[in-house]
Amino acid sequence: MTEQTVTTAIHSVHTSGAARGRLRKRYRAERIFKLLGQLAILVSVAFLVTLLSTIVWKGLPAFTYNFASIPFDLSAVDTSNLAKADYDAVVREGIRARFPDVTSRSDRKLLGSLLSSGAPIILREQVLAHPADLDRADAFSVPISDYADLYLKGQITASTWEDGGVAATVGSDGETITLTASEVRFGPVLATIARRLESEAVATRSRLAGALRSQERMTAELAGLNAQIAAGPAAADRVWIDAGVARLTTALAALATQIADLEAAATELEARAVSAKDGESLTPADPSLLIYAGDAAIKVEALTPTTASGVLLHGGVPTDLSGWRMRLIDVSEANRKLSDREIVWTDQLVAEGYVKAGFNWIFATRGASREPEMAGVLGALVGSILTLVVTLGLSFPIGVGAAVYLEEFAPKNRWTTFIEVNINNLAAVPSIVFGLLGLAVFLNFFGLDRSAPYVGGMVLALMTLPIIIIASRAALRAVPPSIREAAFGIGASPLQTVMHHVLPLAMPGIMTGTIIGMAHALGETAPLLMIGMVAFVVDIPGGFADPATLLPVQIFMWADFPEPAFEQRTSAAILVLLGFLVAMNALAVILRKQFERRW
Amino acid sequence: MIEESLTVANAPTAAAAPPAAREIGKVRGRNVNVFYGEKQALFDVNLDIERNQVTSLIGPSGCGKSTFLRCINRMNDTIPICRVTGEILLDGEDIYNPDIDVVELRARVGMVFQKPNPFPKSIFENVAYGPRIHGMAQDKNELEEIVISSIRRAGLWAEVKDRLAEPGTSLSGGQQQRLCIARAIATKPEVLLMDEPCSALDPIATAVIEELIDELRENFTIVIVTHSMQQAARVSQKTAFFHLGKLIEEGGTEDIFTNPKHKQTQDYITGRIG
Repeated sequence: MTEQTVTTAIHSVHTSGAARGRLRKRYRAERIFKLLGQLAILVSVAFLVTLLSTIVWKGLPAFTYNFASIPFDLSAVDTSNLAKADYDAVVREGIRARFPDVTSRSDRKLLGSLLSSGAPIILREQVLAHPADLDRADAFSVPISDYADLYLKGQITASTWEDGGVAATVGSDGETITLTASEVRFGPVLATIARRLESEAVATRSRLAGALRSQERMTAELAGLNAQIAAGPAAADRVWIDAGVARLTTALAALATQIADLEAAATELEARAVSAKDGESLTPADPSLLIYAGDAAIKVEALTPTTASGVLLHGGVPTDLSGWRMRLIDVSEANRKLSDREIVWTDQLVAEGYVKAGFNWIFATRGASREPEMAGVLGALVGSILTLVVTLGLSFPIGVGAAVYLEEFAPKNRWTTFIEVNINNLAAVPSIVFGLLGLAVFLNFFGLDRSAPYVGGMVLALMTLPIIIIASRAALRAVPPSIREAAFGIGASPLQTVMHHVLPLAMPGIMTGTIIGMAHALGETAPLLMIGMVAFVVDIPGGFADPATLLPVQIFMWADFPEPAFEQRTSAAILVLLGFLVAMNALAVILRKQFERRW
Repeated sequence: MIEESLTVANAPTAAAAPPAAREIGKVRGRNVNVFYGEKQALFDVNLDIERNQVTSLIGPSGCGKSTFLRCINRMNDTIPICRVTGEILLDGEDIYNPDIDVVELRARVGMVFQKPNPFPKSIFENVAYGPRIHGMAQDKNELEEIVISSIRRAGLWAEVKDRLAEPGTSLSGGQQQRLCIARAIATKPEVLLMDEPCSALDPIATAVIEELIDELRENFTIVIVTHSMQQAARVSQKTAFFHLGKLIEEGGTEDIFTNPKHKQTQDYITGRIG
């Protein structure tokens, strides 16, 4: 339709060829501009979607957690003094009772680490909250360890199950259990191992080649220096030449050992790769192979095409081998924090129905902790809310008041211009400078509390003020002057004019500026570094003067922790921060609508 | 052309000649000079506005007629660089006296602007605002009475009586302007200033407003700035012609239009300048 009119226009109005050419050029320029605009939007949307989906993907698992509701034996606990009971022992005995056949000291210690080290604390809290439920078996649930939880969420390793398929017999010499298949069964696993050995051998060979090249280079260098010595150099040169010779000699000696080691390792790997198809022992560097038969789980340590021998991880020596299964755990034991034995135990607890995934109320209701499973975001969330309340309470009235005065009442002279310029400059000051100001003025001069939300709120208010003032002034300026004239014309005083007419009309714009400022403040970390709000605060702050930390600071700290479970919590905390931001913006939009209706 | 008009303007005029003796004027301007910073916008204007008459101020753009109008209720105060000398007497009292309360003055001298500027509030609130801030009503009923009678007198009642709660901005341009007139008369002013009230309106709305002005004359002293010679002729009893900041000629509307004493006035009303 539009194309049609365009063609007629070309023929009717633009008569000369040059004019038509110009017209075509104009249309093309418009098309290209439109295309570029769409492309820009597409790119930014793509980035946004990638960012959000990554965070959601990583953060969502942290909102659920696996809790163990093991029947804890609380009969020994003194009911008159529940707060002082030895819950460590209760938890320890509770998990041991589930695995009575685990007897060795180190194994029992390992077993204890299946549950979170914070489990006794959680148990105590629950017992104190519900003392009437002491006798119920499933009344209390405690968090399992973070690695076991990650494993159950499939984030430690992938594993593949295979049916045994062929008939097999089992023999035991007390320590080692050997499973003999009636036909070749472990060929594919051995082939995998052989492939790994081969690629390792290749890698070793290439490192060897590199070492040989350096040896060659150094030898040549040494020969050069020796030639110089033979030529009889000046005494001054002789010094550094000697030093060079000494250095190269030591390096060459070290290199020679390294080459020998590499050579030996490569030869061994190659030999193993060749012989692997006939039988190989599995090292911790290999993927783990577990064999399940009945209630037994065997960790395979040596393998031939027809036999697999290893140690029992759980259960007794199996008698019935019908339906035996193999499980290949992709990540080698050396490369993960959860041993094969712990994996088997965890599976066992899940199979018996003791461990269940549920909403991670610990994350939602607790403060910071060094243990990822005991770490919660509520402390930081409350800290952020308290701080922002102070920020809003200070910066909104002061900012709007300043803007109204400057825009509606102040005479336009050199002083107001000076103030105006400085407000604009303040908006561009790096936020850490405000932190320094807060440190110097609020903490050092006035001696206010360190890490307190009200001080943080004051610092952030300083940072937010210029943003609010500038936005408010723009909003006030956008109110049509005819409204002021109308009000003055009826005899409204300047204050009445502003309060009854100008300010309500400017309010949507002012609120937009305020929300931008508050969002800015919500995401700010740098100024808080200076006033001690990067603190490890375990308790949830109960007031404006309590030590607190804030969401972005919490994210910053968690991102630094090495435990992989904290990675999830970092993303989850980012989600909470974003959720907070969205809620704040939604509130602002609702309020805006309320004010805009008065137009 | 400008040279000529200047020489004529500098000559002693009828407007400057007969001063103080006439005490009957509602508003009397005496040697009013207005400066915007360095620039002088009005030169020694002496003009009397008669009670219960419509006085129209005419002249080409930038001649100072609006400036003079805005001096009468001190709207020029809102412009920081504006300075007024001379005196403007309202019932014999100088409104530029420092003791005068501007708020009270503006309640006595209402104003209607060129572009309809209702508040972004309901029709009722628009009219009720003035009486409310001046405390003119003791209770809700009295306020309602004032609002309704003002809207009636502005000739808007039939059109808005069922929609008083709707925003004033939802009305048509002509209705908005009548709403502004209702708002201005709600504070029961003695003088009503109108700054080109019909320039943004179509001829039919203009006719309605002009009729309204004629009716309002009974109770108010009206000063109207207009660019339309016909409008000045239709609605006003007295006309003052401004040119380049000077009051060139004033007198009965009929005299001015049929028998102008000054060549400039004649040129303007016959469309040769301006």
